[in-house]
Amino acid sequence: MRVLAAMSGGVDSAVAAARAVDAGHEVTGVHLALSRNPASYRSGARGCCTLEDARDARRAADVLGIPFYVWDLADRFHADVVQDFVDEYAAGRTPNPCLRCNEKIKFAAVLERALALGFDAVCTGHYARLVDGPHGRELHRAVDPDKDQSYVLGVLTAEQLAHAMFPLGDSLKSEVRAEAAARGLAVADKPDSHDICFVADGDTAGFLARQLGERPATVVDEDGTVLARRKSSFAFTVGQRRGLGLDRPAPDGKPRYVLSIEPVTRTVTVGRRERLRVATIEGTRPRWCGPAPEGVVSCHAQIRAHAEALPARAWVDGDVLTVELEEPAFGVAPGQAVVLYDGSRVIGSATIARTAA
Amino acid sequence: MSTVYLDHAATTPMLPEAVAAVTAHLPAVGNASSLHASGRAARRVVEESRETIAEALGARPSEVIFTSGGTEADNLAVKGLYWARNAADPRRRRVLVSAVEHHAVLDAAAWLGSSCGAQVEWLPVDSVGRVDVEAVRATIERDPASVALLTVMWANNEVGTVQPVSELAALAREFDIPVHTDAVQAVGQLPVDFASSGVDAMTVTGHKLGGPVGVGALVVRREITLTPLLHGGGQEREVRSGTLDVPAIAGFAAAVRVATQRQPELAARLSQLRDELVERVLAAVPDATLNGDPSFELSRRLPGNAHFSFVGCEGDSLLLLLDARGIECSTGSACSAGVAEPSHVLLAMGQDEARARGSLRFSLGHTSTRSDVEALGEAIGPVVERARAAGLVNAVAGGSG
Repeated sequence: MRVLAAMSGGVDSAVAAARAVDAGHEVTGVHLALSRNPASYRSGARGCCTLEDARDARRAADVLGIPFYVWDLADRFHADVVQDFVDEYAAGRTPNPCLRCNEKIKFAAVLERALALGFDAVCTGHYARLVDGPHGRELHRAVDPDKDQSYVLGVLTAEQLAHAMFPLGDSLKSEVRAEAAARGLAVADKPDSHDICFVADGDTAGFLARQLGERPATVVDEDGTVLARRKSSFAFTVGQRRGLGLDRPAPDGKPRYVLSIEPVTRTVTVGRRERLRVATIEGTRPRWCGPAPEGVVSCHAQIRAHAEALPARAWVDGDVLTVELEEPAFGVAPGQAVVLYDGSRVIGSATIARTAA
Repeated sequence: MSTVYLDHAATTPMLPEAVAAVTAHLPAVGNASSLHASGRAARRVVEESRETIAEALGARPSEVIFTSGGTEADNLAVKGLYWARNAADPRRRRVLVSAVEHHAVLDAAAWLGSSCGAQVEWLPVDSVGRVDVEAVRATIERDPASVALLTVMWANNEVGTVQPVSELAALAREFDIPVHTDAVQAVGQLPVDFASSGVDAMTVTGHKLGGPVGVGALVVRREITLTPLLHGGGQEREVRSGTLDVPAIAGFAAAVRVATQRQPELAARLSQLRDELVERVLAAVPDATLNGDPSFELSRRLPGNAHFSFVGCEGDSLLLLLDARGIECSTGSACSAGVAEPSHVLLAMGQDEARARGSLRFSLGHTSTRSDVEALGEAIGPVVERARAAGLVNAVAGGSG
């Protein structure tokens, strides 16, 4: 096959590309320039698509002996991922930009261009497995539970998965690092990237304030009593407990959590943990990694990138996915994805719109 | 897969004579500034090389200042002339630069503007990329006493347009304004004579004409004062410091000698190949457009240059697809982190960004053959078709995203 390997400059995508080469594919490396300001250097372990990352990716491609190019997707990335991220926060939701990037950039803009240029597949360093099942290709959790990234791939359709290649799904991260070192890839001990790649300093609230301007928020309790005024409403996520900055303890002495964020009046309501109890989740924009579920299905639902999947029943009605959890969950933030699993297989996902106790 | 190399304007293979000269001098010890026998032997090689280059380029040996290549020579000319002229008369703040210069000139001038108080004026070009002499006259005449220097390249590296350098030099002389020209693309392809051109400073480099990378020269008239960029031992006329690279200089001189000797026959041969290349590309892709001067006379266009825009294609898609077929060319645009920017040359020629992005440069040189041109002629049709499909996909996806 002719394979386009997306190479971020990190260890995972370098080893993924190397394995594609070893498997006998004709591999071409591509670094996606996603930042409008690539002339910035990484600080610490953060960031991506800096000049340094592009150089690391190029070096890895050199070592593998494959052609290497840089594709400028900064405008697409800004429109589809960064702007969406900002808009979602402005609407009081908590988006996951990694899902969005996989859906709109890596397995849309890049994949479509790759197919048009005559490639058969896009290869990435995601930790997930592709398994041929009775209804076609299935997306499964990775073998390494700590690195499993099937959650952020839960937005991919069968058509996208048909042209995806994830060579790392059967490996542990430690094995991938050792393999990179054995292959002489200089990125073998490069730190993992964390957080949001386009928020280079990790200060999401500061980033949003620069994009949207400071929007002072009022923190109230459930009966509307004003508890505090904060400089920015962007520092809050439903379910958050730390960093609320309330000097007066709750009357019952119990910790308080963010219950809701109302973007128009910029009111952040806090209250007891029980009030975060969620039994039913409604999601919009469902995306299915294979056939759409029919009727009510028993499954597991994962509501955050690094959360346990919870036993649930789910059904689809038009464009709305309803998930009923067997045991209530706490701190379900609108804007995040709910990803449904059948064992290790990803059924699909939806964007959390509403929750009910 | 055999390689079809159509990127000689980026760098061209070394001539056997240059390889022989470099390797002959690699084992010898001797700093050309040392006074002992080994030093004198090294100095002799340097001075003979200087004489060879001067003779080949119509200059006096004392006018040749060796540098590390074209970029350093351009920087020395632009900054060195500005600093010296401005120090002599602080009114001289205007730097007149053609809008289609190589980045070594463009960015040096821009830096003078942002860091040294210079007032940079970009000289516009017409749709084939040529500077208009009368417009330059008008620009100068607005306030001649405030012009520090004029810099216009001999021939453009992207679209191959030859500039009216002699006319510009004659014009500038009326006002005693020094003129620099970057001639790295011209030497070996066009007749280049420093003295008769009338310019005051001229950049040449080794690796564009069959010499080694990392060596070049600024040819400067004796009476011109330059403020140095590099301070130190003052090896080169007290203007450029650094221990001289004897083998590289010997190789550079050998290449200049051979390239200028063979220039007439090379130009004739490349013209013929280029004509055929243009014909084949336009036959395979009828809606491709040739950029640069449509007249292929040597006084108007580099004989080895063919530059096209392919509507609806991304230049980097074309490059990838040709590269996969072993055909090497260039999008001819500046790279930062490998991200293709639309060419400032094409934009200055009045093209829109989309057309500028869908452009490719094919450049021929001394090792080019008819089979190279034939290989391109066979590949370009399907490659453009495929790149166009990819361009369409992204345009549609972009619209819905």
